[in-house]
Amino acid sequence: MKKLERGKEERRKAWRNDAYAKVTGKAKYTDDLKMAGMLHAIPVYTDVQHARILEIDTSRARNRAGVVAVITAADIPGEQKYGQIIRDYPILAGDRIRSYGDVVALVVARSREEAISAGKQISIRTKKLPPVLDPETALQPDSPLVHEEMESNLVNHHRIRKGDLKKGERDSDLIIEEFFETGRIEHSYLEPESSLCWQRPDGVMEVYGSMQHPFSTRRFVASTLGVPLSGVEVRSVPMGGGFGGKDDTAAIVSARAALAAKITGKPVKITYDREWSFRESYKRHPYKMQYRMGLKKSGKISFVECRIVADGGAYCSVTPWVTWRSTVQCCGPYSVPHVKCDTYGVYTNNVFTGAMRGFGSPQVCFSSEQLIEIAASSLGISEIEMRRINMLQQDAETITSQKLDTHKVSLEEVFDAVLNEIDYKAKRKKCSFGDGRMKEWYGIGLAISYRGMSLGAEGVDMNSAIINVQNDGSVLLETAIHENGQGAETAMIRLLAEKLGIKRERIRYRQPSTSNIPDGGTTVASRGTLMGGGAVVIAAEKLKNKIITTLAKVNQCSEKEIEFNGETIRVKEKSISFDEAVRTMFANQEYPYCFGVFQGPPVSWDEKSGRGNAYFTWVYGCQAVELKVIPATGKIVLLNMVAAHDVGKAVDIHMLMGQYYGGMTMGTGYALFEDWRPVKDSPYPLNFQHYRLPRSTDMPEMKGIIIENRDPLSPSGAKGIGEPTNELMAPAIANALYAATGKRFRKLPLKLNGKEKDDV
Amino acid sequence: MTYNHTTLNGKKIRLKKSDLQLPLLTWLREKQNLTGAKNGCGIGVCGACTVLLDGKPVRSCILKVERIIDKEVLTIEGLSGEEGKLHPLQQSFIDAGAIQCGFCTPGMVLTAHALLLQNPKPTREEIRKGLAGNLCRCTGYQQIIDAVELGSKHYRKNRGRK
Repeated sequence: MKKLERGKEERRKAWRNDAYAKVTGKAKYTDDLKMAGMLHAIPVYTDVQHARILEIDTSRARNRAGVVAVITAADIPGEQKYGQIIRDYPILAGDRIRSYGDVVALVVARSREEAISAGKQISIRTKKLPPVLDPETALQPDSPLVHEEMESNLVNHHRIRKGDLKKGERDSDLIIEEFFETGRIEHSYLEPESSLCWQRPDGVMEVYGSMQHPFSTRRFVASTLGVPLSGVEVRSVPMGGGFGGKDDTAAIVSARAALAAKITGKPVKITYDREWSFRESYKRHPYKMQYRMGLKKSGKISFVECRIVADGGAYCSVTPWVTWRSTVQCCGPYSVPHVKCDTYGVYTNNVFTGAMRGFGSPQVCFSSEQLIEIAASSLGISEIEMRRINMLQQDAETITSQKLDTHKVSLEEVFDAVLNEIDYKAKRKKCSFGDGRMKEWYGIGLAISYRGMSLGAEGVDMNSAIINVQNDGSVLLETAIHENGQGAETAMIRLLAEKLGIKRERIRYRQPSTSNIPDGGTTVASRGTLMGGGAVVIAAEKLKNKIITTLAKVNQCSEKEIEFNGETIRVKEKSISFDEAVRTMFANQEYPYCFGVFQGPPVSWDEKSGRGNAYFTWVYGCQAVELKVIPATGKIVLLNMVAAHDVGKAVDIHMLMGQYYGGMTMGTGYALFEDWRPVKDSPYPLNFQHYRLPRSTDMPEMKGIIIENRDPLSPSGAKGIGEPTNELMAPAIANALYAATGKRFRKLPLKLNGKEKDDV
Repeated sequence: MTYNHTTLNGKKIRLKKSDLQLPLLTWLREKQNLTGAKNGCGIGVCGACTVLLDGKPVRSCILKVERIIDKEVLTIEGLSGEEGKLHPLQQSFIDAGAIQCGFCTPGMVLTAHALLLQNPKPTREEIRKGLAGNLCRCTGYQQIIDAVELGSKHYRKNRGRK
C-alpha cells in the first residue's frame, strides 16, 4: 500500500526526459539540423485542381543560379505511386493532377532561396478536366473519375446490419430524422513538415524527419527509391506536433528528400513553409451524416439507420480505416437492438483526407450526442435520463455484437463524475433556451462517448520494447513508439522504473531507429502507452526473471529465496544492489538484455454484416461545458469545462492533463473556429490568418478528472487518452448552445449570426 | 567606415551590411546558429519565432535585421544562465507540465518573460491576454498559464533589482 502511494507521488511530479532541451531551445528539430554540402529542395505545384499534364518544361529552372537538379516523376527509380492501403498517391505527379496539393517537380539548389526562385521558372502545360468536389456528386454514375483507371470514385463502403430494421420500425413510437455535417480540419502542428536525407557510404538512405510513423516513412522511401526496407534507416528526432497528421504527408516529404539525395548524391533537406503544408497535407474528413432513430415512449432506442458519406479527397490514405471506426461507433455509447449503417469513403478532387486525432469519431460523436438529446426533448425526457436509459452497461453488447465483458464499462462512472463536478443539474435549470427578455444567454451542455482502443480490426497490432542494461547499471530503453510531443518516451521510462522498482534516473530512452527495432506500427490511435507500455512491462518482467534465475544459479539457492525489489535485491539473507546484480549477470555470461513483445489480444470483423469484436478494449469519457451567448452579436463566450476519462491507469498526471486540455481545446476549435475552405483570392487557406486556431483567450479554465479502472488485457493496466479527449467538446458545445439559444446547430463549425433572438 | 552593431544575448556584435535586409529569424537561425526560435508560419501570426527586442516580444520572421541596430536582442538561448542553468521561468514551465512538442515553447517562455517583467503579479486573465499572440496546438494553454503564474513569484522577489 505504502509502495503504491509512493508510485502515485512519483506520477504527480512533473518531469519529462526532453523538457530541458525544449525549454532552453536546445532541442534539435529537423529543420535545425545541417549537414556538410547539404542542398535544399522545394516542391512545385500547379494552379489547377484536375487536369492532364501535357508538358513540364524545366529547362529555364535548370539554368538558374545555384540549381543542382530539377526532378520530375520520370526520374523516380522505384514506384511512382505509393499509399498505406491503395497505392494511388504520386510522389511526383507525372501525367495527371488530381488536387491543388499535387507536386509535379522538385527543385534542388544550393540554397532554399535559389530553389524557390527557380521553382517559379518551371512551366507546366495542362489540359483541364472537370473537377468533382462534392462526394455525393462523385458517387453518381456519370461523375468524372478522380482516378481514371478505377471503376468509380468509391473508396470503400462499410456496413452494419444488426437485428431487423423493420422490426425496429414497428417497435417505435416515434421516429426522428436528422442531418449533420462536419468541416475539413487542418492538424496545424506548429512545426511544418521537414525531412533531411543522405545516402550513407554503406548505401543506406538515412532519414531524419518530422513524422509520427518512422516505419511508414521507411516504406514510402524504400518504394520510391526501389530499394529493400533494409536500405533505408529512419532516425527519430524531436517533432513539433502531429495529431495524426504526420503520417502520409510526412512520409511523402521524406520520400522526396530521399529521392533528391539519391539523384544528387548530396544530403538534401526539404522544409515546408506553412502555405505548402496547408495546401498539401491531408485533413480530417468532412462528413455528411443522415440519421433516422426510432424510439419507444419509455425512451429506449429501438433502431438507428444512418448513411455516412466521407470526403476522402484525391487519394485514399487511410480513408477505409477512418470510416471503419466511424461505422463501429456510429450510434454513440448506447445499446441499439436494430442497426443499419452504411458508410462511404469517396474520392473527390479536394485535398486528400486521412488520419487526425479522433480518426472518424469526432464526426459521429457530433451527430450521435446531439441526436440523443433531440430524441430526449422529443419524448419529454431529460437528456440525462435519456442517456442513462440507453447507455452501455457492463457485459452489454455493442452495435457490432461485441460483448463488453473483458474490462470495466465505466460510462456511468465518468458521466456521474462530470455531472457532480460541474453541478450540472442545478446549472441546467438556469439555462436560457433563447429567452427573448435576456441580454445574455447561458447554457450548459455535455457529451459522452465510448471509444475502441488502438487499431482494432484495422490491422495487425503489436509492439516491442528493448531493455538493455549496461555494465554500470544504467539502462537503455527503446520501444517502437514515437515521441510526437505527447511525452511517450517519458511514459515508457516511468513504466519501466515502476515495474522494475528502479530509479528513473538510471533509464535513458534511446530514440529508436527503424533498423534497430522491429516495426511496431504507427504512434496513433491512442496506442502509444497501451501498446508500447505493454511491451515495456512484458520486457521488464522478462528481465526481472532473468536476473532472478541468474542470481539463484550463482548463489545456489532456489528462485523463491530471491526477492526482487529493483534497487535492492534480497538474496537469501543478504541484500545486494541493482548494480551488483548487473555485475553478477555480466560475470556469468548473461546479458541483462530483454526484448518484450505485446501482441494485441484478438479482434475480429466481418465486413459484410458489420459484426465482430472490433477492439480488444474500450475507454469511456464525458466532457461538459458552460458558455454564454450575446444574442445581439452572436458572440459565444466559454466559461468552464470539465472532463472525465477512464484511462485504465494514470502513468503521469501532468502529461495526462496535457492531453485532456489539449484535446478539449482542439475540440473547441473544431466546434467554433476551424474550417479549411476557400478564402478570398485562394482556393485554400494560405496560412493561420485564414485558419483560426483557438488562442489562450478563447479558452476557459478546464478541469480534468482521472478515472482509473485498470484494464486486465493491458499489461501496464493503462489504456489511452490522446483521442478520447478530442471527440467530445464539439457536441458538448453544440448541446450547450442549444441550452443557451433554444436552437439546434447541426453543421460544424457552429456559427451564430446574431439573429437567433428573432428566430426563436 | 562605421559599422552597425547590436547586442545579442548580452554580447555586442557587429552586423554585416549584407545581412541587414534578412529576416531576423533567418539571420538568427542561419547566421548565428541560434535555432531556438522557430518558423511556424513565416507571417508573424503564430509566435513561434518570438524573441525580445529591448525587452519587448517581436516576431523575428517578419522583422528585418536592420531593426536590431543598437538594440538588445534576447533569444531563448540567452535566457538560461551560465553552464545552461535554467532561468526560474524555464523551471516553472517544466514544473507545471507546460511542455509537449516544444515547438512553441521558446516563444512562449520569452513572451511570458516580457510580460512578467512588466507585470510581476498578473491575474490568470492577464496571462491569457499576454499570451494570446502565441499559438500552441498541444497543451490547450492551461499548463502554460499555470507555469507563468508559478514563475511570477520570482519576478516579484526580484522587483527593483536588475
